[in-house]
Amino acid sequence: MKYLFLLGVVVLAFACAPKKPKGPVEEYPEQPATKSAVEEVIANPTKGIGAVKNVTLKTPLEAGRVERGQAIYDMKCGACHKLTDQRLVGPGWKDVTKRRQPEWIMNMVTNVDVMLDKDPEAQKLFELCLVRMPNQNISIGDARDILEFMRKNDGEK
Amino acid sequence: MMERNNLNDTFKIDEMKNLTRIIALLAVTGAIVAVNGCKPKGPQEAVVGNAAAKVYVAPGKYDEFYNIVSGGFNGQMSIYGIPSGRLLRIVPVFSQFAESGYGFSEETKPMLNTSHGFVPWDDLHHIALSVTNGEHDGRWAFGNGNNTPRVARVSLKTFKTEEILELPNSGGNHSSPFITENSEYIVAGTRFSVPVGDNRDVPISSYKQNFKGTISFIKIDPASGRMNIGFQLKTPGVDFDLSRAGKGPSHGWFFFSCYNTEQAYTLLEVNATQKDKDFIMAVNWKKAEEYIAQGKGEKVKAKYAHNVLDEKTHTATSEMMTEVLQLDPTVLKDIIYFIPCPKSPHGCDTDPSGEYIVASGKLAALIPVFSFSKIQKAIADKDFEGEFAGIPVIKYESALHGEVKKPGLGPLHTEFDNEGNAYTSFFVSSEIVKWNVKSLEVLDRVPTYYSIGHLSVPGGPTRKPHGKYVIAYNKITKDRYLPTGPELTQSAQLYDISGDKMQLLLDFPTTGEPHYAEAIPASLVMPNSVKIFKIEDNNHPYAAKGEKEAKVVRKGNEVHVSMTAIRSHLVPDNIEGIKLGDVVYFHVTNLEQDWDVPHGFAIKGAANAEILIMPGETQTLKWIPDEVGVSPFYCTDFCSALHQEMQGYARVSAAGSNTPLKFSTGVIAEEAKSSPK
Repeated sequence: MKYLFLLGVVVLAFACAPKKPKGPVEEYPEQPATKSAVEEVIANPTKGIGAVKNVTLKTPLEAGRVERGQAIYDMKCGACHKLTDQRLVGPGWKDVTKRRQPEWIMNMVTNVDVMLDKDPEAQKLFELCLVRMPNQNISIGDARDILEFMRKNDGEK
Repeated sequence: MMERNNLNDTFKIDEMKNLTRIIALLAVTGAIVAVNGCKPKGPQEAVVGNAAAKVYVAPGKYDEFYNIVSGGFNGQMSIYGIPSGRLLRIVPVFSQFAESGYGFSEETKPMLNTSHGFVPWDDLHHIALSVTNGEHDGRWAFGNGNNTPRVARVSLKTFKTEEILELPNSGGNHSSPFITENSEYIVAGTRFSVPVGDNRDVPISSYKQNFKGTISFIKIDPASGRMNIGFQLKTPGVDFDLSRAGKGPSHGWFFFSCYNTEQAYTLLEVNATQKDKDFIMAVNWKKAEEYIAQGKGEKVKAKYAHNVLDEKTHTATSEMMTEVLQLDPTVLKDIIYFIPCPKSPHGCDTDPSGEYIVASGKLAALIPVFSFSKIQKAIADKDFEGEFAGIPVIKYESALHGEVKKPGLGPLHTEFDNEGNAYTSFFVSSEIVKWNVKSLEVLDRVPTYYSIGHLSVPGGPTRKPHGKYVIAYNKITKDRYLPTGPELTQSAQLYDISGDKMQLLLDFPTTGEPHYAEAIPASLVMPNSVKIFKIEDNNHPYAAKGEKEAKVVRKGNEVHVSMTAIRSHLVPDNIEGIKLGDVVYFHVTNLEQDWDVPHGFAIKGAANAEILIMPGETQTLKWIPDEVGVSPFYCTDFCSALHQEMQGYARVSAAGSNTPLKFSTGVIAEEAKSSPK
């Protein structure tokens, strides 16, 4: 009986921490999720995991990007993210560009499955919100436009 | 319950119980063996060696083949993985499907429109997969509606029915939807001959005089797959059963099995089985094309529906067609020829080389195999034994390659492997017989459980069969599975044909009544599978592409709700101002752009179904409220941890009341002066 109990504990321990199947990750070959990706997080904790390595921000804001970014927000993001600091399904966007590196934001938007599985900051948000942020099929160019709209929302000129 | 203080005692009791059970079981088994001693040996003996390992597809691994299986009387196609036999999907085609709202949603209702109006059921018998150069190209699956004559096209990218074309002047579409080697045409031969044209109110006993058959050649647009009737051949009144296109050297020809050449119109069981031979009809469709190019076709009035799904609006439209181009082969010679064939032929299958045509006389004790080159020579030499209803009849011996002698009882259908062998199903003797096409020698036979109808070898009807397996689709299932009352599931069986001897590997249950099926390598289909519909491309007139576009609009007594769904809320989720007498349309757009995240929508009292909305899609549920009150609605597809929270309310007021129309999500009562956006 003791052994049975122990076995139960072991099973439970494993049951609580299921390994994510690799399938969905492999579906996005353009966003490689390799072992080195984890190492990358350790080496560079703020930029997240994904294809976006360096983003150059311009001042003043690029008006065309802001406009496109807002249109994408309205279609694909606004259902879950308010522009205030109020959390709906996901966190409100106010001051997100002050909290996060631009690369982290763009990787979160374009490489969401890998970020939720491996990036510690993304995982903290997942534990808070408990709904996996959907992959909204956003290109890196679109993500850059969204970022510009976020900067505008945060009061940049 | 006894106390389990002494575990050993409990175990002993359990052991004794088990022993008793085993002894009882052995006794019963013995009795069954004794009773069944003279029946064919059971499946326990048929399955040997490493059968289980050969069909085991480990969790997380994929099957090697898609098996696309007709559903028969359920009007659907079902998709199985081979070799596991796992059911992957049911695709509704000719039948309403409450699970997804197909045929219930406003977008899909036009798909089931016909010249008789809305016909929400049909009997889907055969599958034809699109081919290029005689090989599978993985683009479309076609299926026939046997009862109210129709042909459907299913996309193998979305696994959705994209098009349904009705067939005029047809009594029932059985000899269909077989396909030419570059998907130029699929055919539709009427099973029942009927009076056609203007003179249709005639005595049934005037069959010979007034009843005609038709064969429709449906042209396929090579880019879009869109179908239209290229031309229709008028034929003598007989029953057309099955058919196959020629390929390779016989490309340009089509072969049809005909029965009831007695032209009986009652008790066909007796009256249509009088003759020793019926016919295979050979059709030179290139010749028919020549006559059309010369302007020799005749446009006749006909009424038939053509229904097409637009992938940008996610909406089907139905157009009523008004004429069809006909050719009369009794006037325009050299299009069709009859070949005598014993006896009541059913299957009519061309081998991968295109030289041999295997006709299965279901009441014959042999299988005749015809030679395409001999048929051509006989036609050139006018080696005819006479005419039937104005059509030349080629001499049997002149067209014959040879006969497979005493192969079994009740041959129905034949498929081919990549090594020159044929596999014929035998309904009466419940077996598959393997034989060599050239030598006509029987090589092997295995029992099926029981009464096999169609069978399928992956790539079997193509120029390059993939081989490996043959799948039997059996009509009788008794004693194969746990009983479920008088009705049992139809059963399929998988055999390994990679060796000299066929080996039974697996039974798997199927849905509906599978007739024909095709199997195609997963590698030809999987890479093209659509995962989402891009919301940017959604051109549905009531789409809400983002929550800002969600709205409720009144048009007279119609209320149109453009609603959005995303994990885990609906916008709007509070709707007021609907009145009794209104017709409410919920146009729900799924804002997700992630694979495998459909949302559902249902509202209390809706007299139709739910709808399932794929990512990026818009679908519409019509609701006619019938009482004053507040009706809940909710998402029906468990989508997130907060799925149960994905709900809302629609308030219905009395007719003539002055409740203002308003809608919102996330607005608490004190603040609810206006809508939030």
